Amino acid sequence: MEYFLIIISAIFVNNIVLAQFLGICPYLGVSSKLSTATGMSMAVCFVITLATLVTYLINTYLLVPLGITFLQTIAFILVIAALVQMVEIVLKKVSPSLYQALGIFLPLITTNCAVLGVAINVVTKEFAFVPGGMLNLGQALVYAFATSLGYGLAMVIFAGIREHLALNDVPKAFKGVPIAIISVGILALAFMGFSGMVK
Amino acid sequence: MAVKSNLVNMAVVLGATCLLCSAVLGGAYALTKAPIEAAAAEKTNRAIGEVLPHFTAAEFVADGNYYKATDGDEVVGYAILSNVVGFGGNLSLMVGVTPDGVVYNTSVLSHSETPGLGAKCNTDSKFMDQWRGFNPSVKKLAVTKDGGDVDAITASTITSRAYTLAVANALDTFNGIAGQAGNDALTVMPGEDRASNNEGGQDNE
Amino acid sequence: MSKFKLITDGLVKNNPTFVLLLGMCPTLATTTSAINGLSMGLATLFVLVLSNMAISALAPAVPDKVHIPVYIVVIATFVTLLQLLMQAYTPAMYETLGLFIPLIVVNCIVLGRAEAFANKHGVLESACDGLGVGLGFTCSLTVLGLVREILGSGSAFGWNFIGGHDGMLAFVMAPGAFLCLGYLMVLFNKFLKKN
Repeated sequence: MEYFLIIISAIFVNNIVLAQFLGICPYLGVSSKLSTATGMSMAVCFVITLATLVTYLINTYLLVPLGITFLQTIAFILVIAALVQMVEIVLKKVSPSLYQALGIFLPLITTNCAVLGVAINVVTKEFAFVPGGMLNLGQALVYAFATSLGYGLAMVIFAGIREHLALNDVPKAFKGVPIAIISVGILALAFMGFSGMVK
Repeated sequence: MAVKSNLVNMAVVLGATCLLCSAVLGGAYALTKAPIEAAAAEKTNRAIGEVLPHFTAAEFVADGNYYKATDGDEVVGYAILSNVVGFGGNLSLMVGVTPDGVVYNTSVLSHSETPGLGAKCNTDSKFMDQWRGFNPSVKKLAVTKDGGDVDAITASTITSRAYTLAVANALDTFNGIAGQAGNDALTVMPGEDRASNNEGGQDNE
Repeated sequence: MSKFKLITDGLVKNNPTFVLLLGMCPTLATTTSAINGLSMGLATLFVLVLSNMAISALAPAVPDKVHIPVYIVVIATFVTLLQLLMQAYTPAMYETLGLFIPLIVVNCIVLGRAEAFANKHGVLESACDGLGVGLGFTCSLTVLGLVREILGSGSAFGWNFIGGHDGMLAFVMAPGAFLCLGYLMVLFNKFLKKN
């Protein structure tokens, strides 16, 4: 049952972009076209889930038993950097067109706050609807996967909006990023309607 | 601009950097360990001090998630940690219960409630004061909407219900402790003993 | 390039929030009040200056293909140092800023300045660049925090001026962050950007 709560909470109630403010930079950069947005979401989904798996295991079996949790930040970011490198290599072989389309944004997944943010959250945050508060590995993976689905959802919705915005007559000072951010604000306002769903 | 890369010097530089940084951090950790622990202990003691009368020592009991506060040989009370799901996320309380089963006070450790609505759970004095000396054997532990004696925050029934549930859970833990101590006189049944007009707690509308 | 100019460039010409459009995540998340924004800015400034200096000193010895991971480890070290210091001496602010302290590691500003400036310039100049951009970031965060605090809680730097009443609370929550930032960008574009 708590898996369902975790999923709903991660996608709608505490959406990673619209409520937790993570993953904004690439969000603004990649969401101008629907096709790149979808490709990027899938890449991010893969990296977040895999990164959470590895960092959770490293934290539980290496950092905590040895009492070196202060090395958490370094260890986690190195894992993420290595994973992204791996994804780049695989993607180049498997789907060169997507690799080209994502361009500079693929290596930038390393600096995507969402990835590191989720990795740190699953090992430090307490979740009330889980007995004991801390997530086990299965719940952590579900949380990570659901979070990245939420990221993808927000991104795809936003890409759709931006494609329309590009065709409209926007005042000069608003053009580009400002109007995009204001639109995200309105989208965030809409998503606020989901709060209270997990009860 | 930099040195030409080959497998050896890449591995050496990266490895050396990692070792150097870990050493620096290890040193920094050793130096800051004491102040960090002191800060954490002070925070816990301050939280317990808010929910229980004067104490000199507090012992954490993991099985039940509470602190047993003592002053010399006398048990001053139990500061019980209670987590529930509120409106916007986790609602984490510390509930101080004295050995007679009365809630001395409650304190919000963390919450994700809506500012101006549920977030008033730790700023609205009318809501907060009703928990001081809340006697569950005299007052019913539910919001007035559900037929109880707890005055909810205006327009924040869900947060208020969650808060009430957190207090109820803490009292359950207390009953468990009291049961273990073998002292039946301590066990309280919330809402059951609506005795005569008892002036024990606050008067709520 | 004059060291003083390096510092002032960071405030307007190279302002990380309004011109370079970097470091959006902490900008939106930690500006619920002016003090929070100010603290976050200063924390980032600390890491920026130190990592710029360290990377500037190390850059000549680092092989090209492995320079990103090396820079990341150096930055992560300073961030962890900051974490330890804040936990020990400013625990309340550490809790308020929460997740966003370790997230300074992936703040594009820090890695961005290392790549764009520190690895090509001397230690002192890199320090000035870090100082300038850091100050620009701090100012942006403080201004955004102040606007959100005035509109949302009716206070400024913690000093409440509307009695006990609530302000327009949407501004201390998620949508307000985006809206305020968007409109501040519009104002910046109209009045301060020279092109």
